[in-house]
Amino acid sequence: MTIQETIVSSETKPASLLRSGLTLNDHRNLMLQRTKETGFYDGLEKLEFKESDPIGYERIFSKLRAGLVNSREVAKKIAASPIVEQEGELCFTLYNVAGDCIATSTGIIIHVGTMGAAIKYMIQNNWESNPGINPGDMFTNNDCQIGNVHPCDIATIVPIFHEGNLIGWVGGVTHVIDVGAVGPGSMSNGQIQRFGDGVQITCRKTGVNDTPLRDWLHESQRNVRTPKYWILDEKTRIAGCHMIRDLVEETVREEGIEAYEKFASEVIEDGRRGLTSRIRSMTIPGKIRTVAFVDVPYSHEDVVVPSPFAKVDTIMHAPCEITVKPDATWRLDFEGCSRWGWHTYNANPVAFTSGIWVMMTQSLVPTERINDGARYATEFRLPKGTWTNPDDRRTAHADAWHFLVSSWSSLWRGISRSYFGRGYLEEVNAGNSNPCNWLQGGGINQEGEIHAVNSFETAACGTGACAVKDGLNHAAAIWNPEGDMGDIEIWELAEPLLYMGRTIKTNTGGYGKYRGGLGFETLRMVWGSADWTMFFMGNGYMNSDWGLMGGYPAATGYRFEAHNTGLLERIQNGQSLPQGKDRDPGEREFEKHLGADAQVKRDKQCITTEAIFENGDLYLNYLRGGPGFGDPLDRDPDAIEDDLNQNFLLPEFAEKVYGVVISQNKAGDWSVDRQKTAARRLDVRRERIARGKPTQQWIEDERQKILDKEASLQVQQMFASSFRLSEKFLGEFKTFWDLPAGWDLKEEDLGIPMFGAKHHMDLSELPDVHPVIMTEQ
Amino acid sequence: MSTYTKKQVSDLVKGDLDWDTLHRMLSMPKDKERYSHYISVLQEQVDWDDRIILPLGPHLFLAETGEDKSLVTKCECGYEYGDYQKNWKLNALIYVRDSEEKMQQVYPKLMAPDTGWQVYREYYCPSCGTMHDVEAPTPWYPVIHDFQPDLKAFFDWLDLPAPVNA
Ligand SMILES: [Zn+2]
Repeated sequence: MTIQETIVSSETKPASLLRSGLTLNDHRNLMLQRTKETGFYDGLEKLEFKESDPIGYERIFSKLRAGLVNSREVAKKIAASPIVEQEGELCFTLYNVAGDCIATSTGIIIHVGTMGAAIKYMIQNNWESNPGINPGDMFTNNDCQIGNVHPCDIATIVPIFHEGNLIGWVGGVTHVIDVGAVGPGSMSNGQIQRFGDGVQITCRKTGVNDTPLRDWLHESQRNVRTPKYWILDEKTRIAGCHMIRDLVEETVREEGIEAYEKFASEVIEDGRRGLTSRIRSMTIPGKIRTVAFVDVPYSHEDVVVPSPFAKVDTIMHAPCEITVKPDATWRLDFEGCSRWGWHTYNANPVAFTSGIWVMMTQSLVPTERINDGARYATEFRLPKGTWTNPDDRRTAHADAWHFLVSSWSSLWRGISRSYFGRGYLEEVNAGNSNPCNWLQGGGINQEGEIHAVNSFETAACGTGACAVKDGLNHAAAIWNPEGDMGDIEIWELAEPLLYMGRTIKTNTGGYGKYRGGLGFETLRMVWGSADWTMFFMGNGYMNSDWGLMGGYPAATGYRFEAHNTGLLERIQNGQSLPQGKDRDPGEREFEKHLGADAQVKRDKQCITTEAIFENGDLYLNYLRGGPGFGDPLDRDPDAIEDDLNQNFLLPEFAEKVYGVVISQNKAGDWSVDRQKTAARRLDVRRERIARGKPTQQWIEDERQKILDKEASLQVQQMFASSFRLSEKFLGEFKTFWDLPAGWDLKEEDLGIPMFGAKHHMDLSELPDVHPVIMTEQ
Repeated sequence: MSTYTKKQVSDLVKGDLDWDTLHRMLSMPKDKERYSHYISVLQEQVDWDDRIILPLGPHLFLAETGEDKSLVTKCECGYEYGDYQKNWKLNALIYVRDSEEKMQQVYPKLMAPDTGWQVYREYYCPSCGTMHDVEAPTPWYPVIHDFQPDLKAFFDWLDLPAPVNA
């Protein structure tokens, strides 16, 4: 935690906003100092208020938490955007004066930290003297270099005063449909730098006296494609923030300012202790190592970007060492991560450290008492220059989630090893699906308006398998535990895309004793649009989830789109139509119902940029399944029979992977022969032993490939990028493979552009800018 | 805090526990004595007498040998992978799906990774053929040492005596 000792400023010092007479920055620095010196938040070795008046303490907590949840539910109704109104992509959070979170609502709680970072930025950069912080003000932020996840998450922040003194802040965030990036849609592709990633607002004062400023309203609306949704989202955020401000004022009236202020810091120390007690009761001290990858296939012709140096295939690399310490605190070290890149998947460290709690609340801390205390009990190390801590102010972040959720999925898998070891099998999760595809696009919609879309069907992917049961089918996303696929009728209102079908996606759950949850697929036909484009956004060449303890990763993604389909004529002629089920992509079922001249793209290229779609064209939205747990040979034959009869599993893979002997009766029902299966499974074990090679021997073979530099360009680029940033990772790599001392691999030798690798310019190099740094780097 | 019987823990391990109890396990604070029930259920499941210290997978254990109390990683079938601090995978069999043909044995066309980017590395027990783990890294990736428990601290947390060689 850096302490910004003095603010260098020629401005005159304003009157203090605090009863103590301190500046906000001095107030925060003293708090950080006390925390550092004692190990307790704000030096609170004792929770005086909680211990002396536990009922009063709980009364304040319950009131605030219930009010936050309620405000979210009420405010949600104001929005028209299905992302907010159907999917619940909004969140409200209450902060103390220092910008540390006290309590939060349900929803996209990643923003506990991102809005806190914005408040800290205002504190550290002397906003109190200019532009000033007054009762009735509103500030808007979506700047990814301050910690926001991606530009489409717009935060409204309102200071809360009592008798002229600042006593806290409330923040509200919604995920808006469009921010005017190069690519339409909230998490788009096409742009490769901040300049093109959409409008970015840096803690700007956008309202006074509880009223949004007219220049802000006029300017912001014309910077986005979807002004109607934009304005209603803004009203949603303001209404929620004001409801919560009222609630805090009422709480102060009832409980007294002294009690409230004590509560506002004790609750964070309480949250810090809460995390350590969960770590102690659920995990095992020691080291867990895990890793995740994401494919960035940008050399393909369907990825059209403005700058030639971005046209390279690369791989995101996120190794993590989790150290659970004997004192039940922990350290997450991401040494070895690959560099940020010329795409929209870069992440700010705050997005990483804040977002991780979205995942942890589904696992380690499933409690409503999640606040900034958890961060104070966690040491994060995100090395500077990596994709999750860029050292360049040009980076784009529109789909930071793509990398973030992939790296968190591996943490979930890692922590599950300790749940498994202690017998808490109910908590084990093999990871999570990579929540994609993101169907996005825009143009002129069915109402003749400029429009952009981002289908949040992604919010209902398959979940990972547990150690005692299968993952849930089309159920959730790692970033929003209350995920919902949304109603077809609502999506058809919001998008010029008719549903040809929506069905479970066969064979997408990772195999295992318990399989991952299945994803689903929806086939959309463009209808009623005037000028329309769409693109794909997801994983294809690689998987970011892995499977756990013998389970397989889920199926990877693929792309299907069809143009010049002849469907409008087929509809008129009453001919057969593709109905939405692409059961086995190798069988090309959809193509059987298209005109002879249809142009079909069916491949692994799951990231594309805007392509023109005419009415009658098709787009398959395939939402991924989750990874599996345990050796598939242990799967109960009853469960496999069930999977076959529900079309969850292709018979070929029931035989090959699960080792079952199956037959189908005349009615089409599958059954598993238990006796023959038992024998067959013994054979599978023998076949494994026969084809397996002692690992030590394999290491010799693989080592030779490394010495011969025998690997694809993207694999070599990934290693070279990580080696450049981490001597340690290079050293460990060389030790593992027993490589000669002089061995090295440099990007310079790969013959691909490496803009940004050597020459970069950090945000901190701008005049008068003091970035907030909350992690080791 | 909820507590559970050994029978309930045994049903949990078998995947047969009723939903009400499972839901209680999920939603209530954790029962510290779970570990002891769990180990005793697992101990009855294996044919050998070495003491199970920590399960690493459904058929893989960290165990204390009867002879010299050394700590080893051990398959349910009895196969030993050596000292518990070493990565057991280095003494397993490995099979790498590094071609389209090998990938299509496990996933249909278009639904497996492209092996120019990612491979599947399956680790089998040399004795019984159990698949203990599947890694999904890029080519060249070092074998991952998943878990190195600090047993002394762990037994301290459990309020139980630690194995002598921890
Ligand atoms: Zn074995």
